Amino acid sequence: MKANGLLSASQSVLMAVVSRVMGIVDVPLRYLQRKAGQNGMAAFFLAPNMAIFAVFVLVPFVINFVYSLTGGSAIFLSERSFVGAEQYREIFACGNYLDPNTCKQDVFWIAAGNTAAFVVLQVSLMIVAALITALILNREIIGRGFWRAVFFFPVLLSPVVTGLIWRWIFQRQGVLNAVMQGLGLEPHDWLTERNSAFFASIGVSIWAHVGFYTLILLAGLQAIPKDLYEAAQMDGTSRSRVFWRITLPLLMPNLIVVLVLALIRAVQIFDEAFVLTHGGPGTSTMYLVQYIYETGFASELRNPGLAAAASILMGAVLVVLTLVQMAASRRSEKKGAR
Amino acid sequence: MKSISILAAAGIALLSSTAAFAGDVRIMWYSDGVEGQVFKDLIAKFQKDNPDIKVTVDEVAYSTIKEQLPVQLAAGNGPDIARVTNLKSLSQYWLDLTPYLKDAEFWKKNYGDQLDWMRPDGSNIIPGFMTQITLTGGFINKTLFDQAGVAVPGEKATWDEWVAASAKVAKSQQVPYAFAIDRSGHRITGPAISYGANYIGKDGMPAPLDDAAKKYLTQLIKWNADGVSDKDVWVSASGTTYKPAADDFINAQVVMYYAGSWQIPNFMTKIGTNFDWVAIGSPCGPAACTGMPGGAGLVAMKDTKNPKDVAKVMDFLASTPIAKEFAERTLFLPSNKEVVAGGLDFKTDNKFAKEALNTFVKATTTTAPEALKLPGWKWSDTYYGALVSRVGQAMAGEMTADEAFKRIDSDIAEKVKAAK
Repeated sequence: MKANGLLSASQSVLMAVVSRVMGIVDVPLRYLQRKAGQNGMAAFFLAPNMAIFAVFVLVPFVINFVYSLTGGSAIFLSERSFVGAEQYREIFACGNYLDPNTCKQDVFWIAAGNTAAFVVLQVSLMIVAALITALILNREIIGRGFWRAVFFFPVLLSPVVTGLIWRWIFQRQGVLNAVMQGLGLEPHDWLTERNSAFFASIGVSIWAHVGFYTLILLAGLQAIPKDLYEAAQMDGTSRSRVFWRITLPLLMPNLIVVLVLALIRAVQIFDEAFVLTHGGPGTSTMYLVQYIYETGFASELRNPGLAAAASILMGAVLVVLTLVQMAASRRSEKKGAR
Repeated sequence: MKSISILAAAGIALLSSTAAFAGDVRIMWYSDGVEGQVFKDLIAKFQKDNPDIKVTVDEVAYSTIKEQLPVQLAAGNGPDIARVTNLKSLSQYWLDLTPYLKDAEFWKKNYGDQLDWMRPDGSNIIPGFMTQITLTGGFINKTLFDQAGVAVPGEKATWDEWVAASAKVAKSQQVPYAFAIDRSGHRITGPAISYGANYIGKDGMPAPLDDAAKKYLTQLIKWNADGVSDKDVWVSASGTTYKPAADDFINAQVVMYYAGSWQIPNFMTKIGTNFDWVAIGSPCGPAACTGMPGGAGLVAMKDTKNPKDVAKVMDFLASTPIAKEFAERTLFLPSNKEVVAGGLDFKTDNKFAKEALNTFVKATTTTAPEALKLPGWKWSDTYYGALVSRVGQAMAGEMTADEAFKRIDSDIAEKVKAAK
């Protein structure tokens, strides 16, 4: 009772402050509305967001595009020479796009190929893993809260920490080889063998992010009405049929969200993979963002123009993926409305 | 009021991170071993005598110096002073300290031999001084040789003989790898010159890879494919990433390690008496038995807001007693001529470290003229970068050695073209 009284008192103070503030801003806002009209007011309220978008997204994008039309290694635009589409021509100068060795910028195409393979494998395995995990965590299992926390915990880790932990596990003298030797098995060079390094980068990425997507699917599973399952049970429907006919269709909107988010994130893969493998062995785990970073910042003679052109091309891929997401969401919404 | 204070504090913090106040000197420093602590002790001495100048030492990883400092400098956001190894390729960013120094003649007399390593071509500025002179060379785990009963190859032994002997030891003692060399273009250049390589064309521009360089690189790729050399170092990275093999040597995972004199204090601290480690200088090739000279220099930045204070700090650090203390405590070979002439009393009782220092001093006499030219050559880093990235790909089996050689030549040509 006392607590309620205190709460009311603090609420009253709060309300008094709010009403005082509203009283102060009311006059100029009314004046503005009279002058600008209803549409003008909408623009006025949207302006802060648009300004943030312009400063942090639009302007950098335009600057990046301008960089992609310039050459040399200088950082400041004023010191760079205009070369037109030369950087794009450099990237697309290929004898055969399926054979990077015939391309002038061979490493770009190797990185693009690696990224494509990574996206296909990582996203499909991630969705399956997230779905299975969500289905298990949705059941009445012992310590359900604990297991949910366990699966979500890696999401909270910094990608650098994730990469380092797994590097210590996979390296030649790492934990995994020690365990294998303990079991009488031959140790394996996980990070110096092409395929195992590639799959290690996929596995680590799934481990790091699966918790986030599991959470989205779990929310979807919990939103499915229970009476549908009860009706199916009364009809004697098999478990697999329930999954394919009830769970999966009703989970589809969440699965589409997961698919698109995972796709976009997979295309942008960099931090944990870079710490884990440094792009090696050779260039077998060099992905597009690492290529952009190395070309623009880390190589002995930097080429910011080429890096900018590569990032514009990668941005174009992301735009396509976003459009796919929007189309898929709309389709899903329409289906739901019907 | 409180929020205003917080905002003000945040503003001040932001300003202090991006701009120097009068009397502030910011130094970016990396360490191979114990020199960071020694350097901070010396700076503390300076601070005691110069309380009006606030010196901040930012200790960073070597990769930060290699990868991030160039970008910071290009953007005009660098520190006031930095310890750098790619001295020539970034020389356009260095400050000419001459008008600010107490005695520029002292600098020319004592540090003059290496000033061209850090000056733009044709310039006579004094941008800084070498904190140490280094020479690349090999180390062996002598205990493993003794346990295997394999004789240590003699003074004029070739690369093939050293690697063969190390392979015997590795096999006998079940050590994963016989030999390791840092993932660095600078490191593989000494052996390449021993095979007869020359990177500099007659016009002073980068020459295409010659047969001698190709012969050595082919051998290096083969050692990797045969499992003789440490795959973890070269194969498990891409591009121009620098990767040392020091930890593998310290952990007795390789028998022979080719690095350089800067590793002596590191080994002294980390290996201690765990095993006998011996410096062997540079194995011979058909043309020479050379290592690569080099080192790290402390240079002042053109963009500094406090050139007078920076020069005061530099004068202090370059002075003979301070340079002597730094060399004696870090076990680095000094570049100050007065220090060298006066003799050094390296602060160590570790017999391996003392013997190793003597071996490297002796090895300086066999340094090939081609190797001596490279630290002051503008295109060294371009050459090294192309070597590392393409040889790494060849070692990973992504291309043949011949394809890698073609790519090295075209990469260098492209970078030369882009720099024009």
